[in-house]
Amino acid sequence: MILEAFLVVAAALFTIGLFGALTQQSIVMLMMGLELMINGIILATAAYWYFLAPAAADGQVIVVAVVTAMAIEMAMGFAVVTAIYRAKRIDMTDSATELEG
Amino acid sequence: MTSATPFLLPVLLVAGVWFVAVLDGALADRAAGYGSGARRALSRTGREAARLLVAQRRTTLAADGLLRWAGVLALIVAAVLAAGVVPLGWEAPADLSVGVVWFNAMEVVAWAAVWLVGWGPNSALSLTGGYRFVAQGLSYELPHMFAIITAALGAGSLRMSDIVDAQADVWFAVWMPAAFAAYLLSATAMAFWGPFDAPVGRDVAGGAAGELSGVDRLLFEGGRRLLLVAAAAVAVPLFLGGGHGPWLPAWAWVLVKTLAVLALLVWVRHRLPVLRMDRWSEVSWIVLLPLTMLQALAVALVVLARGGGGQ
Amino acid sequence: MTLALFTALALLAIASGVLVFVVDSMARATFALLVSFLAVAAMVLLTDLLYLGAVIILMMIIEMVVMAVFMIMYMMNPAGLMPMSMFHNTRGAAVICGLLFAGLSAGIFLADWPERRGTRPEDPTLELGTALMEGHMLTMMTLGVTLFSTIVATVVLATGRGRYDRLGDRLDAGHPDDPAGGGVGR
Repeated sequence: MILEAFLVVAAALFTIGLFGALTQQSIVMLMMGLELMINGIILATAAYWYFLAPAAADGQVIVVAVVTAMAIEMAMGFAVVTAIYRAKRIDMTDSATELEG
Repeated sequence: MTSATPFLLPVLLVAGVWFVAVLDGALADRAAGYGSGARRALSRTGREAARLLVAQRRTTLAADGLLRWAGVLALIVAAVLAAGVVPLGWEAPADLSVGVVWFNAMEVVAWAAVWLVGWGPNSALSLTGGYRFVAQGLSYELPHMFAIITAALGAGSLRMSDIVDAQADVWFAVWMPAAFAAYLLSATAMAFWGPFDAPVGRDVAGGAAGELSGVDRLLFEGGRRLLLVAAAAVAVPLFLGGGHGPWLPAWAWVLVKTLAVLALLVWVRHRLPVLRMDRWSEVSWIVLLPLTMLQALAVALVVLARGGGGQ
Repeated sequence: MTLALFTALALLAIASGVLVFVVDSMARATFALLVSFLAVAAMVLLTDLLYLGAVIILMMIIEMVVMAVFMIMYMMNPAGLMPMSMFHNTRGAAVICGLLFAGLSAGIFLADWPERRGTRPEDPTLELGTALMEGHMLTMMTLGVTLFSTIVATVVLATGRGRYDRLGDRLDAGHPDDPAGGGVGR
């Protein structure tokens, strides 16, 4: 196992997630893309801890923070989807245009 | 013993499942007025298993067979992996340094498994059962987690064998009774057993398991009892002192205690009615959760007073 | 052995990640994402982070089961029985993502990674716990407060019924008017 292998896998997961987040019309699917991106970040962080700085706990703390961010992203995302859906019966990103410039 | 434990585990688990099935059947027979027909109960489990093995599988229209199959399989695999951290005697097949977290993670696999089994057949009542289990799992996860972590807190370790060692003098069940009670209740809920079996209840025609037949049904029902056996087996190292006890060797104590917990859970199933989901959920959030938090606080204070706080 | 395991897990993670956006059935997409998460958790376990790996397994299963519930709630075609395209701007996204991946890979292989500093601790879990309760206490407290405000914010956003619906316009109803009863006698 080498650092570069972990990072390439993480980059691939991040890119696939970004592709999903950019292309999906449904808000829920868009969030799945975001989750996949964060998934890549978790892997990269764990690899950095293991290969570069295992003596300090900072890498592990970052993983905890990232996992928390993921939970918050998902909770807030679904709350917003629910609020939009309740107000306008919308579940597609293309229709939710309140903030369009 | 050491090299044999991984192979011994499945045998013991299947024996536990058989014990649950026989006792359950005997109690059901007694309730139905067949008298104490122990022979009848003994043979029925085998007959039922054989019948399901040869029975033809029913299918439904536009079913998602892959997901249903994944759900049934995941239930069994999760139960076996969850039981892997239980010390049989002094040694566990896999004594992970994060044993209790691992056990909880494997229990949660059951949520996904039951939801998948409910989703698979493309049938409304099955899916209702799946949703019920997700709601039940979400309600009982927090008290369950607090109860488990209280035992870990008392021992100052997440490793099952350390938790057992910490109970050489006093069992945790003695000075953490609330956590023990909450563990038994929530573990029953996690295995959708007894008063918590609304996810496979009769009012939704068998719920998540409603459309299962043949081998699928055998595996699902077996997996559900496996989960119960695993939950009962974990109660022993967490709260009942593991292998500690007079006269008998450690492995015998583990066995006796596990069977006792199992017998209690099976007996309770025939004593308590299945309550409606919304009622059980509120009990968990409003009664169990504060109770387990207070219990954890009390245990933390005791640990601090003993000077076990800092490393 | 470890290398073979890593390769298998990496391929599994990437393949199921791709499947998320390929399959028609939303249930399958959700559980493909879960498989990807579990593969990443297994890779985290490979880096000796037992506690974090187990927590990721625990969290991701719960998260994906909840996700599945919302999927079925909000998607028009949850079982994928009517194949339809749910994409927009595929070409632009493909270009962006291709460039990004190329850039990231170039960075990964061209960067001059430092040597490993220090040795791995005996018990990373203990180290993490000590860090969160000592040096990184502030991080932990911030996370706690953020999570709490998330709980409040999500409930405010998602609930359709406020106190006036429950207790009447003057908030003087003796019994709250709830759609479902509870088990502790309210």
